[in-house]
Formats: sequence, structure tokens, C-alpha cells
Amino acid sequence: MPKSLLIISRQAPWAGPGAKEALDIVLACGAFDLPVALLFLDDGIFQLLANQNGAAIQQKNLTANLQALSMFGVDDVYACSYSLSERGISPAGLAVADVQSLPVEDVRALIDRYDQVITL
Amino acid sequence: MKFAIALYSAAHAPSSRRALRFAQAALAGGHEIVRLFFYQDGVHSASSNIVTPQDEQDIAQQWAAFVSQHQLDGVVCIAAALRRGVLNEDEAARYQRPGINLQAPWELSGLGQLHDAIQSADRLICFGGP
Repeated sequence: MPKSLLIISRQAPWAGPGAKEALDIVLACGAFDLPVALLFLDDGIFQLLANQNGAAIQQKNLTANLQALSMFGVDDVYACSYSLSERGISPAGLAVADVQSLPVEDVRALIDRYDQVITL
Repeated sequence: MKFAIALYSAAHAPSSRRALRFAQAALAGGHEIVRLFFYQDGVHSASSNIVTPQDEQDIAQQWAAFVSQHQLDGVVCIAAALRRGVLNEDEAARYQRPGINLQAPWELSGLGQLHDAIQSADRLICFGGP
């Protein structure tokens, strides 16, 4: 039984390579068929916004990669509802369809369910 | 206990020093380190081109000495390293770059090595990051 892994992504998409490097860990996990989940927390929430224009700052959009998560076998994708409301973002308008809004009280239980946790 | 250790910070960051001290304490306590995996800015902790003032600790050098002495598996993420200009001889030649700043005992490899370490370790301990 392979160990399960939770990635907690906490960095805004344009704050440096952090967001992409967190996602790369998730995608590599999917390629190895390991049980994995992804939680967007704090400024990581900004990765989920629709209509981002990375080209305006000569950067690549991450949105298409996030939308492809299920194709890579990553189905458990969560967004902390407190982080969303703190930033005035409605869960309804997110660019990633299958992301589940998770009450902050449940974040602890989520972390508890996984064998290993990586926060980036 | 079997530990996998991930480091996300450069050698000048306190978390790099803390990771090194943790790793030393783990071995001193009779535990095993299945792999060190340097990711994000952690790739700079493996650079052989760091020069510290004489009255300061050279953490990158201490890391390399520690890994050599205990013959540990010290892996530096290749994608993160290339992005940050941490290159071994092969990669410097491949991309025609003038400088080499990654040498033995460090090895460049992919994220699969992190997942493999996670599977074989009892605990993954991460240092640094946001």
C-alpha cells in the first residue's frame, strides 16, 4: 500500500516559481500513480482565479495545468474556505471545476488523513 | 526510524542550517536517512561556489562534507537546479554554460526521487519554504 501525500500550495501564482514547483510535485505523483491530494491555502488560492493574464508579465499561465489535474489522476483538490473568504473570492468563480471548498475546521482532519505532507 | 529530508532553502537561510543539524542529530541518534532531496531554493545549499566570510559558518561546505562522510544519497532536483543556475559538469556542457557549481557527492535527478524517498521513509521532514 503506497503512502499517501498531501501537497499544501500556499504561494500566489506570480510570486515566483513556488506555485509551479508545488504543482510539479503533484503531477509527478500522479505519473507514479501514488495517492495524492492538493490543498490551496492562504495566497495559494490566487492560483485558482479565472481569467489570469500571465502574458502581460511575460509569464506562463498555470490554469491549464490545474484544469488538467484530473487527467493526471489527481481528483482530490481542495481550497480552504477561510482563505477564500479572507480574500473575498467566491468558490463559484474558480477556474478549476472540481476544486472542493473545505471549511477551515476540516483542514486539520484532511492533514491527518495523509501519511506525508509537503507545504510549499 | 527512516527519515527522508527535503530542503527548500539556500545555504544562507537559517532553515538550511537547521536541516543540517537535524540530519546530523538523526544519524547520531542511530536513525537512518534514506535520502536528502533539495528542491526550490534548496538547490543553492548544494552549490560548491559559495564563499562565506571567515568568521561565519559555511553551511554548503558542511552539507557536502556531511553527505560524503556518511555516504548519503544527496539528490538535487534537476529542474529546480537548472532554473537557478546550479549545474554539474554534464549540464554545463549540455547547455553550454561557463560555470560548474555542483559536484560529488551531489547528484542531479528528478522529482521521482522525492516520491521514492517518501515511499521508503517512515517520516518526511521538510525544512524551509514559504
